[in-house]
Amino acid sequence: MSTTQSRLTGSANDPRIKARYRKEKRFKAYTIAALFTAFAIIVAFFTDIISQGYTAFWRAEVNVTLDYNERAERIGRFALAEDMRDIASRGAVRSIPLEIKNNPELAGTTRQTWVPAYSRIDQYLKGREELPPELARQVDAMVEAGTIRSSFNWAFFTSGDSKLPELAGIFSAAVGSVLVLFVTLVFAFPIGVMSAIYLEEFAPDNKLTQAIEVNINNLAAVPSIIFGLLGLAVFIGTFGVPRSSALVGGLTLGLMTLPIIIISTRAALRAVPDPIRLGAFAMGCSRWQVVRDHVLPLSLPGILTGTIIGLAQAMGETAPLIIVGMIAYIPDAPSSIFESATVLPAQVFTWASEPRKAFVEKTAAGIIVLLAILLTLNATAVFLRRKFERRW
Amino acid sequence: METELTNDTATEARQTMTQGVDNDNGPSQKERPEVRMRARDLNLWYGSTQALHDINLDMYSREVTALIGPSGCGKSTFLRCLNRMNDLIPEVRLEGRVELDDEDIYDHSVDVVQLRTHVGMVFQKPNPFPKSIYENIAYAPRLHGTGTSRAELDALVESSLKRAGLWNEVADRLDTPGTELSGGQQQRLCIARAIAVNPEVILMDEPASALDPLATATVEELIHELKDNYTIVIVTHNLQQAARVAGYTAFFHMGKIVEFSDTDTLFTNPTEQRTEDYITGRFG
Repeated sequence: MSTTQSRLTGSANDPRIKARYRKEKRFKAYTIAALFTAFAIIVAFFTDIISQGYTAFWRAEVNVTLDYNERAERIGRFALAEDMRDIASRGAVRSIPLEIKNNPELAGTTRQTWVPAYSRIDQYLKGREELPPELARQVDAMVEAGTIRSSFNWAFFTSGDSKLPELAGIFSAAVGSVLVLFVTLVFAFPIGVMSAIYLEEFAPDNKLTQAIEVNINNLAAVPSIIFGLLGLAVFIGTFGVPRSSALVGGLTLGLMTLPIIIISTRAALRAVPDPIRLGAFAMGCSRWQVVRDHVLPLSLPGILTGTIIGLAQAMGETAPLIIVGMIAYIPDAPSSIFESATVLPAQVFTWASEPRKAFVEKTAAGIIVLLAILLTLNATAVFLRRKFERRW
Repeated sequence: METELTNDTATEARQTMTQGVDNDNGPSQKERPEVRMRARDLNLWYGSTQALHDINLDMYSREVTALIGPSGCGKSTFLRCLNRMNDLIPEVRLEGRVELDDEDIYDHSVDVVQLRTHVGMVFQKPNPFPKSIYENIAYAPRLHGTGTSRAELDALVESSLKRAGLWNEVADRLDTPGTELSGGQQQRLCIARAIAVNPEVILMDEPASALDPLATATVEELIHELKDNYTIVIVTHNLQQAARVAGYTAFFHMGKIVEFSDTDTLFTNPTEQRTEDYITGRFG
């Protein structure tokens, strides 16, 4: 017994074994350090974005008396009391002449209402910008009096881009993104899945199919901006698809998503065990029946997961869309895929290049929305995979 | 030879065989039954490697023919020739004839899909479709149009499961996935699935090798019963199993048939030295 123990414990004093344990500990420490570094970067990124962006979901509103007088019939600003003209947003009153024209009964009446505050006032209240001392005193007094309030910025979600930061929203970009993704899906999904089925289930294994396979894998690694150039040359140049439209953007992103869908579909098809195929063949199934009745139902979750991840990637893509002109200023949401449109990341890009301070929080808020959508898409993909995962 | 039977396998195999002889008065003396499938001068290559050399083999109607031999001897390859499953492997080249009721199954006019409804197959690892038990069986008849109405299919599912000896175990849960059954039940489900298309020949590629001894016994019993209605060709590594279930046995080695005769003769009185060496466990 005692000899056994000494034989087992004695080795712990062996310098080589000690060195081995030390090395192992050191290596483990490196891996933990790497993990914490990665985690810290992610935390820092999210903290920064959220701390900059969350304020954009609230905005300052000011209670004003709108006076539909004669001068306001020509220039909306005159509907405001003189001391309010630097505090209320220009954009809030610029439609007053139109309102009066459409509804002449308004003329001569007055109305008390909340309108968005000028972006500099908004930024001052959020502590991001200085105001001239006199104006600052006036604003402080109004806050005290309750005529300036902070409310949830629904307009950020319901209105399109604007040159006035207090009115700018992501709606038109979101609609653009939806249209673009729709086109991408309709274009890339059937072609991608069909190609993958052919390559995986029908194609003979020869030099040609091998060459195609290698090239599809290469295509997935091509920088996305190259696809933008291709889209510009082929879709706009050759086929005359309207520039800046969701159609051209969707087709371009479709080119980019195609290899991703093909690769993930092939992986999903390959994951279907061969005995299932053999069993079906032995029952007298034709190849198409094997694919339709056995292989596709089993690989569908994998195909959908791959497609969603491909779409999520397409959704975050900006570079190829800049090339095909989808970086345009789009205040009103497009109503068809042929109209000029922009997408969320392109909107973020546009705002990021704005010099005005108020656009900083818009940029960050746009990123938050984009991230939320992408995380939701990825979570859906994970959920689908977990839910429909089959074991054999 | 008696003294060479050192392991239990051979002893048991012999005991079973002896019983077989008693029951049947020895198939060797019997008149050989009608030939259902026949291979003539069959040669097969995987690319440039020849896997089968001049195979000539008769498979008798309503009999179990066992193919035995060491790994890589070509017995599974040969089995797959009988329902043209080798067609799925692109680099396979084949010469010679395989006949089903005197009709060459490799003739250009033969429809492989049609052939496989006549020659069913059961695989080594149970491979039920990840569908319900009912669907597993009803799938192929529906596909081939042999069962269309719900009542017809219900009857077919029941009779197939009964013939496969699975009905009593699953009758109350036909809508549960076939993959949730135990291994032995899954294999019997696969056999029921093969029966459902009403084939003439059933090929079995080591059907019990993935099963525990009890499930193996059940499957063997089943094979024994199925023999009355079907022609069965079974590949097995288990010599006892061959001795228990098969009326005829072919010993494959290096892509050739070394010896073919009724099982009793092959196991008790092989003419070839290699056969004797194999069944007594000297190699393989």
